[in-house]
Amino acid sequence: MMMNRNLLLFSGMAGLLMLVGFLQSWNLSLAIVNLCLISAVMALGVNIQWGYAGLLNVGVMGFAALGGLAAVLVSAPPVQEAWEAGGAGIIFAGLVLIATIVAMRLVYPRLQGRQRLLAMAALGGLGYFVARAFYGPATEAIELVNPATSGYLGGLGLPILVSWLVGGVFAAGAAYVVGRVALGLRSDYLAIATLGISEIIIAVLKFEDWMTRGVKNVIGLPRPVPYEVNIQNSPFFQELAASANIPLIEFSSIIVKLCYAFLFGGVLLIILYLSEKALNSPWGRMMRAIRDNETAAEAMGKNVTGRHLQVFVLGSAVIGIAGAMLTTLDGQFTPASYQPLRFTFLIWVMVIVGGSGNNWGSVLGGFVIWFAWVEAEPVGLMLMELVTSGMAEDYWLRTHLLNAAAHMRLMTMGIVLLLVLRFAPRGLIPEKR
Amino acid sequence: MESLNAFVLLANFVLVPGITYGCQLALGALGVTLIYGILRFSNFAHGEAMSFGTMAAILFTWALQNWGVSLGPLPTALLGIPVGILVTIGLLLSTDKVVYRFHRKVKASPVILMIASLGVMFFYNGLIRFIIGPQDRNFTDGERFIIKARTFKEITGLSQGLSIKMTQGITVVVTVLCVIALFYFLNKTRTGKSMRAYSDNENLALLSGINPDRVVMITWILVGALVTIAGTLYGLDKSYKPFTYLQLLLPIFAAAIVGGLGNPLGAIAGGFVIALSEVLITFAYKRFLGYLLPDGWAPESFMQLLSTDYKFAVSFTVLVIVLLVRPTGIFKGQTL
Repeated sequence: MMMNRNLLLFSGMAGLLMLVGFLQSWNLSLAIVNLCLISAVMALGVNIQWGYAGLLNVGVMGFAALGGLAAVLVSAPPVQEAWEAGGAGIIFAGLVLIATIVAMRLVYPRLQGRQRLLAMAALGGLGYFVARAFYGPATEAIELVNPATSGYLGGLGLPILVSWLVGGVFAAGAAYVVGRVALGLRSDYLAIATLGISEIIIAVLKFEDWMTRGVKNVIGLPRPVPYEVNIQNSPFFQELAASANIPLIEFSSIIVKLCYAFLFGGVLLIILYLSEKALNSPWGRMMRAIRDNETAAEAMGKNVTGRHLQVFVLGSAVIGIAGAMLTTLDGQFTPASYQPLRFTFLIWVMVIVGGSGNNWGSVLGGFVIWFAWVEAEPVGLMLMELVTSGMAEDYWLRTHLLNAAAHMRLMTMGIVLLLVLRFAPRGLIPEKR
Repeated sequence: MESLNAFVLLANFVLVPGITYGCQLALGALGVTLIYGILRFSNFAHGEAMSFGTMAAILFTWALQNWGVSLGPLPTALLGIPVGILVTIGLLLSTDKVVYRFHRKVKASPVILMIASLGVMFFYNGLIRFIIGPQDRNFTDGERFIIKARTFKEITGLSQGLSIKMTQGITVVVTVLCVIALFYFLNKTRTGKSMRAYSDNENLALLSGINPDRVVMITWILVGALVTIAGTLYGLDKSYKPFTYLQLLLPIFAAAIVGGLGNPLGAIAGGFVIALSEVLITFAYKRFLGYLLPDGWAPESFMQLLSTDYKFAVSFTVLVIVLLVRPTGIFKGQTL
């Protein structure tokens, strides 16, 4: 019975996507599918944190952006000149910072009270200024190298698929640091700490031009799939397009999107499989026990803070992977495009609506909410045109409403989240009990 | 003379803006802390509530400006604030009735209320953009400065000028008045005392006949007033842009936590700690040191510890340090 319902929900979703294919275009439908797949992975990551363990991560945006950074650092071609200009300085500054942290860790246990505080401040300050002395000139030199086209160090020039893993590692690293500070305290603190770290990550990506070109964006990242032009030039695909009776240009773009969908779908399936395995293992049962009653779990000898840290890092890694996939799909890295409403809170709506604690629910939530988010704009505009159709062409209320229609979807998402929270708190596909 | 110049420089670029910003953060953090103390959750919709209050005040200010009403040297927005407060209180109370009350009645965990506040945030954000749009709005009028840098130089004969903007003066005065009124209310009036009792020990307060619905209502009314005032002051001082208020959420929360969540005195202290450290750390000390150090010693670089792009990092770092060293905040948090 339950299974049938889920099947119905998923086929309903597929039906909606087909409808877009028939009514609007298959190209659009596939574009939505690709972003749905990425959203589903991101939602799985949040679900691991929230659904399994009840941890509130309000910094999804930051972890996704770290994934995007990984895509740049791994796949962009290295800029030889920039490395010669300032690579050594940057590396040296990094080494100084690492040495500072190691020194602080060594000194920390040996001193007490005021002495410890002073020593920490002195070491930290010293390390910071020494690192800055190398870092400042180095970044300036790097940013002067062909500022219009590069002005940054570039990446390693590896295949971009590698960056998906690296993105996960980056996000996991950031999550470890935040988790170490904020876990084990009140649950609100983690929320606010993650909010903070995500804002800082975005600030770093926006303003550290030597690393990411900042708001000048990195464009033209290599692709894991063939380019449209190559498909159009291949006689095999030309024949195929002709026999399917689709214009070649549209056909090639559909093929490219299908390739992406294949890759993203593969990642989604792997992560979904692993998540389900984990959820139904003793580890998953322990996580739920901790979530439902921390005190009892602690009494049974479980290290609550340790488990929380583990699950927080795992979930963030999944978000990082999704972030790298997103940048891969876009083919460019644009730090300014990371907005909390789109990258943090929308993912939350996906998880809550889909069904917190249920992996399939998160996947469905990712699909449904992304679909609604994309389609809300044309539908909202249509609605507004209907509402205002009786008014004169240039009546102020009409123009205002038509202009404001684009913002309707924010309100809609808020209402959806609140309604689900109130009337169906367990979501579309509830957690199995 | 040189050291006096250095001090004026510091006052002009650090103290005055820092104190103004601190006042704005303190008012914001007071709201967060009140909600935490009474309703026991971190309200993520707080920034948007500030934005909404400001918008309501702006709309009425525009109407007043259209009718030709003016306060002379003071900005007309001061007259818009009371109306803004009323509209915002209406919005907050209806939100509570529609959203939060249900979760409170079923005794949902604070995390659920927090997520509900995320939904409310989305809704407010859309509502604001729907009504006023996402553009930058300037609604300041009246006199621009209380003291102009040039006048200051002429009067004192110093080579450094000190300028105080009208909006900065108003921010400080209004904040002081608000804080006095709030503390008088919480400590001296019967209703205020019942709120503190409720925040301190809910069960005991219920037992002594305090009406919880009334306490919650009063809280939202206070919060409505605080967010509108804080938001409008911030908007007057900088300019009004809906999305900046989302970014104020981090410093405001940091201020509330640094001071001790649920402690009003802490919220004020936290606001100033965050604001002053932000300004002090992102200030370029080059000219300041140039005055103090003997000739020829003046530093080459800007002597800026951190570029202003990273002001978020300052509130975050202060927050992290406090969480590591004293997780309950400077003043022990939890109750009003």
